[in-house]
Amino acid sequence: MSETTFIPAVVEMCDAHITTLRDTTLAVLENVDWSVLPGEFWVVAGQPQSGKSDLLMTAAGLLLPARGSCRVFGCETNAFGEAQLAERLRVGLVFAGGQLFNQLTVVENVALPLRYQKNLSTAEVAHDVEVLLEMLELTPFADRTPTNLAAQWRSRAALARALILKPELLLLDNPLAGLGTRSRQWLLPFLDQLWRGHEWFGGQPITLVATADDLRSWRHPARKFAVLDEKKFSALGAWSAVEAARRHAVKELLAEPASAIM
Amino acid sequence: MESYASSVRGNLSKAFELANTQVFRRAAAPKSYTDLLGRKLFLALLTVQGLGAFALITLGVILKKFNVARSVMQPRIRHEINRAGVALLPMFFFIALALGFLVVGQTISALAQVGATNYLGSTMVIVIVRELGPLLTAVLVLARVGTANVIELGTARALGEVEALEALGIDPVHYLIVPRVIGIALGIFSLTIYLILGALASGYLFAFLQDVPLTPGDYFKQIAEALNWLDFALLALKTLAFGFFIAIVTCYHGLAQPLRLEDVSSVAVRAVTQGVIVCVLLDAVFIVIYLVT
Repeated sequence: MSETTFIPAVVEMCDAHITTLRDTTLAVLENVDWSVLPGEFWVVAGQPQSGKSDLLMTAAGLLLPARGSCRVFGCETNAFGEAQLAERLRVGLVFAGGQLFNQLTVVENVALPLRYQKNLSTAEVAHDVEVLLEMLELTPFADRTPTNLAAQWRSRAALARALILKPELLLLDNPLAGLGTRSRQWLLPFLDQLWRGHEWFGGQPITLVATADDLRSWRHPARKFAVLDEKKFSALGAWSAVEAARRHAVKELLAEPASAIM
Repeated sequence: MESYASSVRGNLSKAFELANTQVFRRAAAPKSYTDLLGRKLFLALLTVQGLGAFALITLGVILKKFNVARSVMQPRIRHEINRAGVALLPMFFFIALALGFLVVGQTISALAQVGATNYLGSTMVIVIVRELGPLLTAVLVLARVGTANVIELGTARALGEVEALEALGIDPVHYLIVPRVIGIALGIFSLTIYLILGALASGYLFAFLQDVPLTPGDYFKQIAEALNWLDFALLALKTLAFGFFIAIVTCYHGLAQPLRLEDVSSVAVRAVTQGVIVCVLLDAVFIVIYLVT
């Protein structure tokens, strides 16, 4: 007789209505049923304004679903408070625009979460920050403020800031948006390394969820895919299912951009 | 066609739920004066409700998280004290001189002309120590630091920095508001004392230049005799209260409501207006306390 082992989901949404930050009464996605298991790499694709960022913010516990439930590491996000801070810090979120603190330099931005959460001085976190900046090739920009950085370096600095607390679940909002070919070629293998087990995490694999508005760059047999369309969340599964899908929304996300065709 | 009243009713629950006065502000202009009056009343109620809740939350966070992340918070508090206090010293030196020359000096010579220098001490204490010093300091700090607060926080809110703080497990009220509240409260307290001392000293200098027959010893003795312990206690309480509420009003408008970048300038103007109103109301409360005691 075979035994089935129960693996608790990292993120579990049941019949969740996803709202927006601007209007918490408006549902941009309805009846979302989604389960992210440890060690999975999900790519959630959708057109702009389809609710990708809101879905990630809900998964990070920053937005509450208007209806239904969202559990992160088994903890209901409705109950996320001071007592659940440890659970919240297991989740790292990288915003689409980076959302760095403009008053701080890159090195201060990256150090802030660690300094605040562990009450450490700048000198005490210097080594960790240095390693992380080196890893993300940000050392030459360490003393610049975000407004003096190109978009690609801003998003890398935001990634560094999310990684400093060593999260077990990393949520990335459209990480490839606005990146050039070289940056894409650097980022995708780096995310893959994080997912498989990077030295920063002591070789431990982490769970990743990334959103995208173009699925082609994310092609990978081990990744899982979902599509947002007309307020619906549809989990497709592996890449083969994406290719086999006949839905117009999926085809659009796989199509050549108009600029490339012209 | 939907009437104004029904559209207001429709938005009312949403507005109270979000403590979001933007719902009303962005609504179409009412067509009658009674609707306009009602709208203003609702806005005032919402603002009072929002400010009260925000003040209590901030007070709670100050008490609860006093020792949290001190290595990050102490430099931030020092920075805010510097911004709302030390950096304003040159301006306050100038204002103290001007106040001394314009108000104190003229009062001294006017009292001397009618032979009423005996009333000098009590007049100076009422005008400068109790009223003009704290109120002028509060209004100047509101103009210099309060507006900067609204713009900084409003921009941070509109650019999503608040959500970024929350995503990193950092309480935005603790990180952004608490240093500003402490900085402005201590800034107004210290600057008021410097302003009072500066105005009284420069006022005497002005009177001296006008050959008013009054020795410095008599002048300061009269003032010292007119002061009692309540003046010191209420001066401290009043200036700290001014600082606390100016910080609350400006931070509330910058941070507590969802903003768009284009809203920031209008919100800054509103915050300054409400800051002045709050200061005047607080001042009225303290006048009542003085009268009762």
